[in-house]
Amino acid sequence: MDQTTQPVLDIRGLTVRLPIRADRENAIEDVSFSVLPHEILCVVGESGSGKSVTAHTVMGLLPPKQLTATAGQVLLQGDDLLKKTPGEMRALRGARMSMIFQEPMTALNPLMSIGDQIEEILQIHTEMSARERLARVIEVMEAVKLPEPERLVHSYPHQLSGGQRQRVMIAGALALEPALLIADEPTTALDVTTQAQILKLIKDIQRTHGTAVLFITHDFGVVAEIADRVVVMQHGLVVEQGEAKAVLRNPQHPYTRMLISAVPSMTPPARPPKADAPVVLETQDLCKTYRDRSLFRAARETRAAHNVELSVRRGETLGIVGESGSGKSTVARCIVRLISPTSGQILIDGHDIAGLSASRLRENRRLVQIVFQDPYRSLNPRRSVGASIVEGPMNFGVGKAEAQTRARDLMKLVDLDPNSLDRFPHQFSGGQRQRICIARALAMEPDVLIADEAVSALDVSVQAQVLELLDDVRKRFNLAILFITHDLRVAAQICDRIAVMYKGEIVERGPAAEVFRAPSHEYTQALFNAAPGRDFEFGSFATA
Amino acid sequence: MFSFIAKRIVATIPVMGVVALFVFLMLRLSPGDPASVIAGDYATAADIERIREQLGLSDPIVVQFGNWIWQLMRADLGISIFSNLPVTTLIAQRLEPTLMLSLTTLTFSVLVAVPLGALAAWKAGTWIDRAVMIFAVAGFSLPVFVLGYALIYEFSLALQWLPVQGYKSPFDGLLPFLRHIILPTVTLSVIFIALFARITRASVLEVLEEDYIRTARAKGQTERKVLLGHALRNAAVPIVTVIGLGIALLIGGVVVTESVYNIPGLGRLVVDAILKRDYPIIQGLILMFSFVYILVNLMIDIVYTLIDPRIRY
Repeated sequence: MDQTTQPVLDIRGLTVRLPIRADRENAIEDVSFSVLPHEILCVVGESGSGKSVTAHTVMGLLPPKQLTATAGQVLLQGDDLLKKTPGEMRALRGARMSMIFQEPMTALNPLMSIGDQIEEILQIHTEMSARERLARVIEVMEAVKLPEPERLVHSYPHQLSGGQRQRVMIAGALALEPALLIADEPTTALDVTTQAQILKLIKDIQRTHGTAVLFITHDFGVVAEIADRVVVMQHGLVVEQGEAKAVLRNPQHPYTRMLISAVPSMTPPARPPKADAPVVLETQDLCKTYRDRSLFRAARETRAAHNVELSVRRGETLGIVGESGSGKSTVARCIVRLISPTSGQILIDGHDIAGLSASRLRENRRLVQIVFQDPYRSLNPRRSVGASIVEGPMNFGVGKAEAQTRARDLMKLVDLDPNSLDRFPHQFSGGQRQRICIARALAMEPDVLIADEAVSALDVSVQAQVLELLDDVRKRFNLAILFITHDLRVAAQICDRIAVMYKGEIVERGPAAEVFRAPSHEYTQALFNAAPGRDFEFGSFATA
Repeated sequence: MFSFIAKRIVATIPVMGVVALFVFLMLRLSPGDPASVIAGDYATAADIERIREQLGLSDPIVVQFGNWIWQLMRADLGISIFSNLPVTTLIAQRLEPTLMLSLTTLTFSVLVAVPLGALAAWKAGTWIDRAVMIFAVAGFSLPVFVLGYALIYEFSLALQWLPVQGYKSPFDGLLPFLRHIILPTVTLSVIFIALFARITRASVLEVLEEDYIRTARAKGQTERKVLLGHALRNAAVPIVTVIGLGIALLIGGVVVTESVYNIPGLGRLVVDAILKRDYPIIQGLILMFSFVYILVNLMIDIVYTLIDPRIRY
């Protein structure tokens, strides 16, 4: 086999055993695929599919004693990595293969300057002099298009944005021109526009340097954007692999078909207008300004939300779309009065709650309920889910027996077993916990339900189900829903109307169908253009 | 950086003022006539009057406070009631042994505890980890005086390697100083080693779970440098905090240790002054210890900024 067709990475029959007492015997089983030179191979799967375990096995970064490779081969340019000593693996890591991770916010050492962190790789693997190393650091920083590298080498991670940090990670990973770059969900934690830039960067680098890329993702939009070939994993097994276009257009395995069908379309479905329903939630000139006072310098002001005006009618879903820092969550927290607005009005059923005192506010708390992003952290781990659900109604004078009955009914409504009320949050999956959070909110019989990135932490298939549930409860209880999201696909599917927020202000608003068909504000246009796989219409496949 | 240090130093002035006020009020607000309290049960009216004059207690309280602050500004802590010597002189005489014992204890316990704790975290779950933790629990449970006498029995009486008691200044020769200071240092250090080792282990263990540790490994960094170069520095803020608290606790420990080893330090002065109700000395010592504590806190704040570029006041 000559150099051009020999795979850079060839995984054959790889099996990694889980510790005893896990829910299955092997984390991954009999996994085989290869990454060819000059190609981007995407490994797609939901949480628990074994895609990250596969990547960590290649890098030799599995937690020792908990996960061990028990069978198969991992060939990097023909060398079996499973037979290497820890010292030999260290020599390969960072030099012939390197890896970038999901969370650029935490993947860099906060106490080391950017330059030192990139330089460390050169120090470990080369005999370069200090001057040569610095020159190379500047060079790779330029290659990943970091601004003013000479100045930035002395900066610390907290002084950089998320996208810049991920560029630093990529710069480090490429410093020694590795044959293989492993990217483990590198854009999942980033905003759409930043994600688009990082994806383009990885694609450019792969073209100019001929690096083989193993790209791990859960997002079919990203797959459509950059993959040459795709491997689909489920429960530790490879269920399908092939050319990206072929798999996306004509998936064979039922699981792949289900996954692709679950990707929300960028085209909103037709929804009847609700112009005659009464307005339940309205904000007028809502402002939230953070002041950072200090004894020794002038106060700094941050306008998190400025003159936000929105209204939601009964039975309607209003989406607030924006990137991190746009102020969308600030608006949500003001409306629930978790924080107090600086000025403006928040009208719930016509009553202004913006300036209510803590005690007056308590009476109104029932009317607005919220579901948060992270179902793993928004339920008290030491309380049974039943106790979490009945607590709210009982605070408002509902008797214990009645609250219990209501909780059972709601569990049925959100498709969970009513007999599991005495179980604890850790005994449920992420999707189930989010259903519990929805049941908890509904137990208060609110008029307004706020979903703050409520489906963002969920796998696509689960996401689709929770979206369906939200739409179902909206119809059933004639709820006004304020749906906050960064994900345009999700917004397109569930919202009647959309408000786009940018730097604390609403820059565009209108019926979802109109905004998606012809975005008028340039920021909205940029946002839409950045959505991965926007040109690809994901088909709906029969999964039977 | 320097403006930050200057600001912090300026900020300690009001704190010192509040401490001075409390020390002042402590004597004046105690129930009954302070002069007769100080003079004790067998004092004559003339004795009480003499003490009253000596402490300036007949002046209006505001004048008294003004005098007190003016005294402090001139570094004058008053005159001891019983020895009739200036309090500053008494403290200065006793300062050196205590300072030396504190410094050796602090250095020794940090040098032993931090590597021990880091090692335990690195080898978490192994016998090394368990051995360190058992030592830590034992160190907490052992009273200073029991350990002190046990060490004297073994190393001074049975083996006759080290002197039993007393203190020699390092300025009169390093070897005699070390021979005398070793046992008190070890005695006093045990509890601090236990404390610092535990916090180091917990802190490093937490940091080892961080994403950037995985990044360092992905770069091909050796385990030793991952631990020393990446983990330990990130774990340092809580460790430094506890070391700072340790210095405050040290003051209490020094008193007992000095009694056990018969060291003529501040600890003995504190005990004697309290027993004799020598208020000027007590006031002077409280002020001095508060000052040391404020200084230690200032140093810790400065160390924070040196460790972590994100910390700016």
